[in-house]
Formats: sequence, structure tokens, C-alpha cells
Amino acid sequence: MRRNAIYGKTFVVAIAVMAMAVLFSCRKEYGTIEPTVTPTPISESGDYTGFYLLCEGNMGSNKATLDYYDYSTGIYSKNIFPKANPSLARELGDVGNDLKIYGEKLYAVINCSHFVEVMDVHSAKHITQISIPNCRYITFSGKYAYVSSYAGPVEMDPNARKGYVAKIDTTTLEVVAECVVGYQPEEMAVAGNKLYVANSGGYMAPNYDNTVSVIDLSQFKVIKTITAGINLHRMAKDRFGNIYVSSRGDYSSIPSKTFVISTATDEVVETLDLLPNSGMAACGDSLYVYSAEWSNALSKNVVTYAIYNTATRNIDSRSLITDGTEQSIRTPYGIAVNPATRDFFIADAKDYVTPGTLYCFSKEGRLKWKVTTGDIPSHIAFTTNPVKLQ
Amino acid sequence: MKFKSRGILILCIAVQVMFSLQTRAYCQDPGQKEDTTSVNTLSSITVAAERIVKEISPAQVLTGEKLQRLSSFSVADAIRYFSGAQIKDYGGVGGLKSVNIRSLGSQHVGVFYDGIEIGNAQNGIVDLGRFSLDNMEAVSVYNGQKSSIFQPAKDFSSASAVYLQPKYPVFAPGRKDNISVGFKTGSFGLLNPAFLWERKLTDRLTLSASTEYMYTTGRYRFTYSTKGGYDTTATRRNGDVRMERVELGLFGITDGGHWKVKAYFYDSERGYPGASVREEPGKFRHQDRQWDDSFFLQASLKQKFSQRYSLLLNGKYAYDFLHYLSDPREDVTTMYINSHFRQNEGYLSAAHLFTVTPWWSVSLSDDISLNKLNADLADFVYPTRYSFLNAIATSLSFEKFKIQASLLHTYVKDRTKLESAQASSRSRFTPSVVASYRPFGKTDLTFRAFYKRIFRLPTFNDLYYTFVGNKYLKPEFTTQYDLGFVYRKEFRGSFVKGIEAQADAYYNTVKDKIVALPASNQFRWTMLNFGKVEILGIDAALQGAFNACGIDFSSRLTYTYQKAMDVTDKTSQWYKGQIPYIPWHSGSVIVSADYRGWALTYSFIYTGERYESVANIVENYAPAWYTHDMAVSRDFILGRKSLPKRLKVALEINNIFNQQYEVVQCYPMPGTNFKIRLRLDL
Repeated sequence: MRRNAIYGKTFVVAIAVMAMAVLFSCRKEYGTIEPTVTPTPISESGDYTGFYLLCEGNMGSNKATLDYYDYSTGIYSKNIFPKANPSLARELGDVGNDLKIYGEKLYAVINCSHFVEVMDVHSAKHITQISIPNCRYITFSGKYAYVSSYAGPVEMDPNARKGYVAKIDTTTLEVVAECVVGYQPEEMAVAGNKLYVANSGGYMAPNYDNTVSVIDLSQFKVIKTITAGINLHRMAKDRFGNIYVSSRGDYSSIPSKTFVISTATDEVVETLDLLPNSGMAACGDSLYVYSAEWSNALSKNVVTYAIYNTATRNIDSRSLITDGTEQSIRTPYGIAVNPATRDFFIADAKDYVTPGTLYCFSKEGRLKWKVTTGDIPSHIAFTTNPVKLQ
Repeated sequence: MKFKSRGILILCIAVQVMFSLQTRAYCQDPGQKEDTTSVNTLSSITVAAERIVKEISPAQVLTGEKLQRLSSFSVADAIRYFSGAQIKDYGGVGGLKSVNIRSLGSQHVGVFYDGIEIGNAQNGIVDLGRFSLDNMEAVSVYNGQKSSIFQPAKDFSSASAVYLQPKYPVFAPGRKDNISVGFKTGSFGLLNPAFLWERKLTDRLTLSASTEYMYTTGRYRFTYSTKGGYDTTATRRNGDVRMERVELGLFGITDGGHWKVKAYFYDSERGYPGASVREEPGKFRHQDRQWDDSFFLQASLKQKFSQRYSLLLNGKYAYDFLHYLSDPREDVTTMYINSHFRQNEGYLSAAHLFTVTPWWSVSLSDDISLNKLNADLADFVYPTRYSFLNAIATSLSFEKFKIQASLLHTYVKDRTKLESAQASSRSRFTPSVVASYRPFGKTDLTFRAFYKRIFRLPTFNDLYYTFVGNKYLKPEFTTQYDLGFVYRKEFRGSFVKGIEAQADAYYNTVKDKIVALPASNQFRWTMLNFGKVEILGIDAALQGAFNACGIDFSSRLTYTYQKAMDVTDKTSQWYKGQIPYIPWHSGSVIVSADYRGWALTYSFIYTGERYESVANIVENYAPAWYTHDMAVSRDFILGRKSLPKRLKVALEINNIFNQQYEVVQCYPMPGTNFKIRLRLDL
């Protein structure tokens, strides 16, 4: 009986302890996430005060984040948006797909949250959000912003659904017009009074789109459709009036390549079969290109880099990085060049589900510093505006 | 004592242990065990009443009334009360619910319905949210495998196993029919009528028919807030579910054996509420939907031919249809997807048991299965998989010491329409050893240990899904080491009626873990044997039954500690990070009190803090969550005493303190909700 009582007591005590633990253990609540601050060596910056980096975050995770690098202090601040906007529900949103600065405003295209987040470039404080379903990229001309969207009108076949470009008045921050383009439009470029839109057809694989839509900006109408390669994606412009368009291929038999379109004739003037292209940045007469193409045979991404000379129309170099750092870059996902110093940046998205790394290289291709970013770092926007974060 | 000796005897002859076939009338009264057994004319079946079956490998079971009383919509909710098991729950009644045992991953858990594994060659995951508890007699979880050697080879082939045991018809003396009508309603617009009819056709043949309908709007409000920051409330939409289930069973007894045939139909339509991310409230509606049809016919025969030889035959045919539709005409933001998947499965198994001596038996099991997947995807390769599983096992059983060892051979051959797309055939041997030692004659203290090495095959999606699949994938291997004990004590005529304590410590590894890795861009992922995981853990469970002032109390506590580290890449910044969604600490409490037809059940689930990514940083932090649930029920006996009718009325309140939480990132869970349950047994 005594042992019995001991068992009973032990049991009751165990339950009581557990109950107390439950009642008094306080649940660690979510507070506003503070930026993670990392110092880096201070270096020459030209006119630039800093740059913003938009990290996409994996789809469905609501983890698009914004980082800021301050040239004057060398401080890299990771995830600055929540602190700058603590009362804005659910932070920046889901999948940050593009980032640009125009005037005094910072525009982030939040793909799966279906809006463009407009912020004050000086503080990253929320100004407004512009609703555009399935928005992808943004570009500017005059007083307007142009945003590409996959979500055009649904006609007979819901599978063949064109996208459109939304025209936004940057003073009122409202959509003022829409123009239907090709299938699943991606990046755009403005040349003169024309807007070039790369159509991917990504939703219709394997029947990809292969066209560039040319929009006349005065009428805001498609005036020409240029046939290039399948699954078009990124665009960059040189000073000779050429637009470089990347084609992602079909990820198996058709490889990625780059097409050159003359904006004078609105025709493809050259196909650069040997310039696979996942992303590029133009600086002077140099086009910095990286490519990460999946190889089934090797069961890994084959990563290549190149500098293409837009004046001579030749490849100047097949490598950007000269100190061996490329070995540790797994999934390059973004590229940017500081036009003043020619320091360049490569963002490594790694496995997409953990934080990435941003590498800063000198113009000779030697690593200056690297820093941990948000998940899937990709889009960089330099600014000459003074920026003061909280 | 009779129970124990009977248990040992049954282990000696290595008859497959089935649980909990006690009658509803007797199931709460431990004093009635003898009657219960006598009611069960199936002589080879033991009754597990209120306690865990005497397994030599770690096992946990919830049976009968205890199971019915838990506030739960489905089997998944009940499994939350087992130590070592984590349910991945996408929220709401319709959200996918899969179980991960000891952090090895959902695809390493075999789910068995009425003795035969539920296959899903397409993605290897069984949605436990689809199995209602309405007709369930027992739910049990085994680490390693069930410690019975007389079983199909498939039962040896997963790292852990969940057994769902539907009700078996049992008739009170003088009865030929059992009819039971149930109805549940409550939050989320729930409507859930159910009907069960059991008929004793002859002394040796019984029939069971059950059907159920369920509808829910799946709507609930949820809140996201930060301390000192935002506070936003929204409603979960497009989470409606409609489902029908019909089940027919025929059960027979032969001389020295028994057989059963079961037909199962399931039909459902559901919406996907999708990830809850920052959006303009109400601007775009999620409209993607899924329709499922499942049918299976399975049969089983267990026959003892002599003292030396018994045979177990199992067979199954299953058809699963899935239609997924995402239509931009309904939701402008979405991509058009209209996919149909059809799976066919055929399965045959023969298991032989040779009882060499009373303490030594040997078994041999051979399984053949065929899985076929059709889909209307671009460039789909239409895979068919032929699997041959052969297991040899032996069991030695002495007074103090028992050991079982098995060796499984798996041979798998895939065929695809396009021969070049086909993965090469695979052949592997995998062993397991389970042992137990009971050092003291009188004290019911048993030490146990097991070792098991097993793999999961890459699924059809892993290998062949258009764009994503990778035919070069290797099997994903797990190795488990476990050491534990179980202690039981029963008391007579005192406050404490009985207690049971069990605890296990374990070390597991997962190698060649199949993970999705990015290829080129966000649209292109591929499957790779990339990950490596090491898991150290402790599972503990404590059960007790008490009686005070005429009130019967029973309680169950569980605790789990897991350190599950990603050890894929030593150079990674996140090396040895806790793997996503695995809490370091978790536990549960169930306390119930019974008094004169009244029953009160309180249950509590605790899941400690965890991270949503192997990068254990603040952005990925998921705070602990814990829910308190309460259920009150009252039994009424109606009609004549000789032929009583029983009415049961129950009220459940779940998540009493309205805690806002997520199990999976961006999939908010419901706050306080209630349910009323009515059940009439005629």
C-alpha cells in the first residue's frame, strides 16, 4: 500500500508539474524582427551612398526581404523592412521579383503578393502598394512606371493566356493603362519612345513563347512582335541602341543563349549561342553575364561567367572572378556592377531555403568581402540618395 | 496474471497480435477482460484493453473509447498524442496531414489500414486527415516494425509504421444486429452524419457496412501579430471539404483461422486555401480545387494448418484518382493547371510461419506489388513499378529473453513508356533485430533494444515528374538504434489501479536524403540525393489509472526530445542546424474522468519552439504552440435492460485559449472551435 501511495503521489506530482510548466511558461512571441548588422571594409563608392538588395524568398513562405548596404559606414543591414515598417502587417510579402529606384522612391515588385510595394528611398518606409496580379518586373520612362504581369485577360483557352504591361503614373501611384503583350512577360527595357517586353510563355512549357513585344509608349500599343528564342527572360541595353535578351531555353535540349535586338530596326541582329545567360548587368561597354544551367548528366548546375563587349560585339573574358572564389558560389542568382568603381556583386541563392551570400569583388575580380543575406538574394538597386535607417 | 501468460504464449506461437476487439459494452471495464475474450470467438486474438500491447519493440496504441473521446477530426489528430510523432498539418479540416516519426520524414512511415499497407507510389505520403476516427477501433504507432514475425514482407519495409484498425463486428450475447447512427456538427459549418450496421449472418460469418458523409466550409478566422507591431485578422477561405466514405466488410471464421474481405470507397472535393501571405485582403480569391476518388478491395486469410505451420494471405487492388484544377477564370493571379492522375495498385502477399519448437519460430513472407501512374502532364513517362519483397524472420522466445531478427530483400523494377526515362532496377538487403530482456520474474520491467536499417524508394514524382524528376536517384536510407524499457504495475483495491511507464532513447541517421534543389531558377527544381540527417532523441510515455470517490481517472503523459541535425555539408553555415519543423521538446497530456455515465476528457498538446528552415535564425523562428482541448460526454441507456440502446452526447471545445499558431509556415491553424457529437447505438 505504501509503495502504491508513492506511485500515486509521483504521478500526481508529475501531472501537477507539467500543468504548472504549461501555465507559467510564457510563449516567446514574435516581436518586430531587428535587422542583422554586419560590418564590411569601407571602400571607394563613387557617388553612391549605398544599395538595396531584394531577396526573393521561396514561394509561399512570405519571406521576401530587403537588405541595405551603406557605403559610408560599410555596414550591411539584413532585413530592414520590418523595423522600418513595424505596423505593416506581414512584412514585405511573398517573392520579391524586382527592385528599382526612380526619383525618391524605391519600388519592389512582390510577385506572389500581387502588388508593387512603393517605399521612400531614404528610409525604406512604406508609401503605398499598387495592386497588380502576378506582377514580375518594373521599368521607368518619363513620369511612368511599367510593370509586366502574367495575368492578362483569359480568353477561350485558359492555358494560352497572355500577359500585360501596366502603366503607372508615378505621381499618383495608380495604374492608368494596360497593354496586352505575349505570354508570361518578364523583364522590359525602354529605348527612345519604345518599350521592349521579353515574353517567356513559362506557364505553357514546353510550348514556350519566343517573342519580344514592342510597345509604342505614346499610344501604349504593341506595334511590333519580334521573334527571338524561346522562354525569354532578362533584358539589358547598351549605348548603341541594342537590347540584349536572354533566352532560358527549355532546360533540357535547347540551351540558354542571348539575342541582340537592334532598336533601330526592331530586328534580331545577332544570336549569341555561346553566351548562356541567367542574368546580366551592363556597365559601360561591358555586359557582365552569369549563367547557371542544370545538367542532368552531371546532376548539378553548370555555372559560367562572361564579360561581353558591346562595342566590339565579342566576348572579352570567360571569367569574372579571378581569385578562385567562384568555387564556393553554388547558385548565382543576381549580378550588379557599381558603375563608378566597377566593383561587382554576385548574389548566391544556394539551396533557396536558407540565407544566401552576397559577394563583393573588385574590378579585377578579387573578393573584397562577402555577407549573409536573406533567402534567394537577387535584385540590387544602387542609390545616390542619402539613406537613414531606423 | 492470465493476461501475461497468455501474451507470452501468443508470442511463442508468433501469432500476429491484433488489438482491441473488445465490445463497446465492455471496453471501459478492466474487470471484464475474461468476458471480453470469451466474446471474441476468434481464438487467436488477444485483447489489449486499456494498455499497450506487450510488444518487444516500442509501440504506442490508443484504442476504443479513449480514441473516440479525443477531440479530433481524423486519425492525424489522434497521432499527435504519441511520443516521437510530429504531425505536419496544413490547417483546417481539409489541409494535408502527414506524420513524421522520429524525424526520419513522412515518407518513411508505412500506413496500414486493416492490416494492409496504403500505397502511394506517386508521392509516398498518406494524408491521415482523410481517415475518420468514426469507425476506428485502434490507432497504433510502431518504431521500427511491429514485433511480430508473422506478417507480410511490406510490414518489414518501412522505418516506422502506423496501423489503423477499423472496428471489427462484435455482438453481445443474443444479438444479431448492431446499428449505430452518429452525427457531428459544430464550428467550420461541419456536418458529419455516419451510419454503421453490423450483422451476424451465421456464427462464423459477419457483415459490416458503414458510411459517412462530411461537409465543412473550412472557414475560420486567424490572426497574425507581432509584439508592439501589427495585428491583423483575416478569414481562411476556399478550405471547404465534402467527402463520402462507404466501407463494406465481410468477416469469417474457419477452423483454426479467420478471413476478411473489405471494400472501401472514398470520394471528396476540396478547396486549397493556399499559403497565407501578405496580400491585399479580399482582393484575389484562391480558387484551386481538388477531387479525389479512392477505391480499394482487400482480402486477408489467416489459417493455422498445424501446430507447426500457419499461413497468412493478403491481397489488394486499389485505384486512386486525383483531379487538380487551378483556373485563372476563377482567380486571375493563378496559372492554369488542370491535371488528372490515376494510380492503380495490385498487391499479393503470402506469409508462412513455421513453429519449430515452442520457443523458436521462423517465418517467410513474399510480396508482389504493381503500381502504375497515369497523368495528363506534358512529356509524362507513364511509369509502372514492379516490386518484389521477400522477408525471412525468426523469433526466439525464452522466459526472460526474446529476440527477433529479420532480413528483407527488395527488388524493384520500373518501366516507363520512354525506355530512356526509366530508372534502373534496384535490389537491396536490409536487416533488423529486436530484443527484449525481462530480468526480474515478479517485476514487470522489460528492457528492449532494436536496430533497423531500411530505405524508402524514390517516388514516381521524385523520379519522373516532368521537369523535376531525376531518374538517377538512389534510395534514401535510414538506420535506427533504440534502447528503452517498459515498466508496468497493477494494483488491487486502492487509489492507483495501474501504471505503465516507458521510455526509449534513440539514434537515427538518414543518408542520401532526397531533397528538392534548385536548378537554374525558381521555376526549375530537381530532386537529388543530397541530405544527411542525424537524430538523437528520447520518447517517454507514462500512463496511469486511478479511482477515487467512485470516479475513474485515467491519464497519459508523453514527452519527446529530439535533436535532429542537418549534417549534409560540413562547410555550410547551417551545419548541424535543427531540421525544419522538428521541435526540441514536445509532449501531450490526456486526463479523463468517468463517473456514472459522465465522462470528462482534457487533452493538451505542446510543441516547442522550432525553425522553419535549417538556418536556425530569427526570420525562421516558429514559437512554441500548445492547445488545451476539453470534451464532456454523457451516456444514456435507453430501452429494455435485455436489449439496451445507448445514446451518447458529447460536447468538445478545442483550443480553449484561442491560441493563434502555425504548424507549417504560412498555414494558420484554427482558434477556439467546438463540436457536438451524438451517437445512438441500437
